[in-house]
Amino acid sequence: METKHLDRVVIRFVGDSGDGMQLTGSEFAKAAAEAGNDISTFPDFPAEIRAPAGSLFGVSGFQLHFSSSEIHTPGDAPDVLVAMNPAGLKTNLKDLVEHGTLIVNTGAFIEANLKKASYASNPLEDGSLDKYKVHAVDINHLTLTALAESELSTKEKGRAKNFFALGLVFWMYSREPENEIRRIHQQFANKPGFGDANVKVFKAGYHYGETAEVFQTVYKVPPAPFKPGMYRNITGNEAIALGLVVGADLAGKKLFYSGYPITPASSILHSLAKYKNFGCLTFQAEDEIAAMGAALGAAYGGSIAVTASSGPGIALKGEAMGLGVMTELPVVILNIQRGGPSTGLPTKTEQSDLLQSLFGRNGESPMPVLAAKSPGDTFYCAIEAVKIATRYMVPVILLSDGYLANGSEPWALPNLSSLPRFDVTHRTDPENYFVYERDPETLARAWVIPGTPGLEHRIGGIEKDALTGDISYAPENHEKQTYVRQAKVDRIAQDIGELDLSGAESGDVLVIGWGGTYGSLRQAQQQFAAQGKSVSHAHLRWLSPLEPGLAKVIKNFKRVIVAELNMGQLRMVIRARFLIDVIGLNKIQGMPFKVAEVTAAIEKELSNSSAPLTTSSTQPMAESGQA
Amino acid sequence: MSEAIKIKLSKKDLESDQDVRWCPGCGDYAILATVQRTLAQLGIQRENTVFVSGIGCSSRFPYYMNTYGFHTIHGRAPTIASGLKITRPELDIWVITGDGDGLSIGGNHMIHALRRNMDLKIILFNNQIYGLTKGQYSPTSVPGTRAPSTPTGSIDHPLNPISLALGAGATFIARAADTDAKLMGKILEEAYKHRGSVFIEMLQNCPVFNDGVWEGVKDDPTGKQIKLEQGKPLVFANGTKGIALGAGMQPEIVEVVDGDTSKLLVHDERGSVVYGHLLAQLVLPDFPIPMGVLYRTDKPTYDQLAHAQMNDAIAKQGPGDLSKLMYSGMVWEVGADGTRH
Repeated sequence: METKHLDRVVIRFVGDSGDGMQLTGSEFAKAAAEAGNDISTFPDFPAEIRAPAGSLFGVSGFQLHFSSSEIHTPGDAPDVLVAMNPAGLKTNLKDLVEHGTLIVNTGAFIEANLKKASYASNPLEDGSLDKYKVHAVDINHLTLTALAESELSTKEKGRAKNFFALGLVFWMYSREPENEIRRIHQQFANKPGFGDANVKVFKAGYHYGETAEVFQTVYKVPPAPFKPGMYRNITGNEAIALGLVVGADLAGKKLFYSGYPITPASSILHSLAKYKNFGCLTFQAEDEIAAMGAALGAAYGGSIAVTASSGPGIALKGEAMGLGVMTELPVVILNIQRGGPSTGLPTKTEQSDLLQSLFGRNGESPMPVLAAKSPGDTFYCAIEAVKIATRYMVPVILLSDGYLANGSEPWALPNLSSLPRFDVTHRTDPENYFVYERDPETLARAWVIPGTPGLEHRIGGIEKDALTGDISYAPENHEKQTYVRQAKVDRIAQDIGELDLSGAESGDVLVIGWGGTYGSLRQAQQQFAAQGKSVSHAHLRWLSPLEPGLAKVIKNFKRVIVAELNMGQLRMVIRARFLIDVIGLNKIQGMPFKVAEVTAAIEKELSNSSAPLTTSSTQPMAESGQA
Repeated sequence: MSEAIKIKLSKKDLESDQDVRWCPGCGDYAILATVQRTLAQLGIQRENTVFVSGIGCSSRFPYYMNTYGFHTIHGRAPTIASGLKITRPELDIWVITGDGDGLSIGGNHMIHALRRNMDLKIILFNNQIYGLTKGQYSPTSVPGTRAPSTPTGSIDHPLNPISLALGAGATFIARAADTDAKLMGKILEEAYKHRGSVFIEMLQNCPVFNDGVWEGVKDDPTGKQIKLEQGKPLVFANGTKGIALGAGMQPEIVEVVDGDTSKLLVHDERGSVVYGHLLAQLVLPDFPIPMGVLYRTDKPTYDQLAHAQMNDAIAKQGPGDLSKLMYSGMVWEVGADGTRH
């Protein structure tokens, strides 16, 4: 048996949505993290909870990229594909690298399943897989054999088959099985019968690799160099929940979180509902509007109030968000974006709610908007959103997306005591109190909460006098208040740090991105930089106010590309703001950018960069920028 | 409800400095005055009292109260009030709404606030019309209501606010008319003391768009109203008539002969929900309508339960330790040499 060292591996597990592929993938990711690899994951599942078995649309996948060097993305194409059924093979084979490794559960390749996957002939027999390294393993049968003596029903036994696959890849990549066995026992502590069965099948998979002599090589991906410190594996939605709890603590306040179930935001509510002993109150409201209303009520009462949703829910919250703008209350609104419009692609990622965030309310209704760049970054963004909301007395939108929400990465745990506090105080002095009197630095009004004697006052959605807060329809007053609400958002620029720029401040090509595409864009830029090419990457954390550092560099490049998972929303904003033409790199497939897609776009502009830029602003939106 | 020393207040102490902008003759004036007078008499703490409203004529109410106030958006007052109540249980929160705000655009929030037994005192001004938008028919308008949007008469069946509140699970349900300050004051006092979801239907006159809609009720208080009194039979018309239960549980009007009320229904505000629904079905023109406290019961409130769960979690798990939370799950250390421990 040969042991081969690899720098990095991309593996994808695919099967029915009931096959446990998400569990298999995330367990294998834990093992990689445990072994010291850098990892990035990409769970990709259908909206249906248990789609009809064997159907093409019911395929659930989990991609894991693990490496002995730093990585930013879950990988463009899998080196290894583990297909638990024909439908999974059919829908994923096109992504497998040339001569890639294919592990196939032959037990599922029966007539009925082949038909459901629209296979005219069995791909295992018709030679169509010849260019891959195929390992045909009857996982169904081997699972049942391993559990021959178990008291579980045949159906229950069958459900353990994902652990066979997990055991097999554990062996292939020289992973330590002991920790996994412990984890399985822990996970099934309430159902020891299932726990024992899963361990048995996991071991069977592991030993199968060892003894079946079908694998000539095992692989080792050595640990990646990490900066010293404490680490944990974390998904975006776990990190955002932690960030909210920590943010409230740094503000010296209690957290109130209201939400309505929606994919892919729900798991934030699930996390926070477990943090009751932190004084955190959670409220599952009757609808999205009520969740927003309750958050406003809690903010009015002096809590750190947060609500989360995805695009459709944010649309419903719109009017109440406007009330937050008008009454100048600190609320944090999380939008975990998904494919739209309408129901769109509930379980897929997209960045198409940027303009909704910036402008999606009636009237002139400016709100600060920031976006997280990685699963771990959502933690810091959540803290920043809480800080800005309370410091400027304004509702803040924090954008994440389905890819960040469910994807995971090793995360360097912050030293909590090093995070700066921003304790919030409430005015209690009744002397000369005016509802809309403003702090000269931040333009924030005082956060006066009910229960404070002598400061009884009234607020509301109807326009108010710029000082007293009395109802006012005066034309000049409305204009003044409108500009002040915008000026408050603009002032936030004073709290925004340096632009996150990789590469020189001038050159041939500047790639601008925001949100969850950070990893692909940064990796692409670094590839060009390594070749000595003049390519820079600016990542925008703040979309409103627009990252102030951008103005300094954007005009120093021959070509500017704005890469985003929509039809060109940030591009529209940047063109309007800087009056320069920028080129769009756009993808609307519910999937993140592949690094290769980004490098191809940069390559094209590099080779064109000496030619004058032919304006693309007259092009119809639908034709510009397709990846 | 705040348990503090009662300060002597006058009605004037509860009047804000804002000009009241309702139409002359609007029933809202009388309701505002009675609320101000009653709460002053009860010696409320102004700083712990919050009036939350939606949109509509009645929803301007908070601006006129010298307490904390939040004039929100159409139909959503119960949501904002709920968020405030959950996080600040010690506050007394009143929700002012109308038949359009509370039963049409905000119907969903209304039923959910009531079913949760949210500790809110909801006063619904029912004038059977949209006033602020100039006179369209509302969900409580009687069929055939001619309005700008229904020039040939409305065709939908109206909603019975009391039935809705009962069905949703309100724990205190009452009805009064804007002209009956005495009864209104009594109900407000009971509502103030109640812990849980209060629903008061206030029969209110809109002199501009639906003048006289409750005239039948108000002009003939003895003939068209049943003044509910705990433990007393349901009588009206100066005690000459009463309500009995007929076949098929149909309420029926019976004559009271020689003061014999033994066959009449006896009012019990803590009676069953079925009895409450029976009262709710007593509507004009077939029956006089019951006024007073129709139903009440005691149940834990949402905020009590939420805080009990929180306190329980603290008792069982100890107060939250942030670094422990951060370090939960699979945690590992990378040493100075860059290797994993």
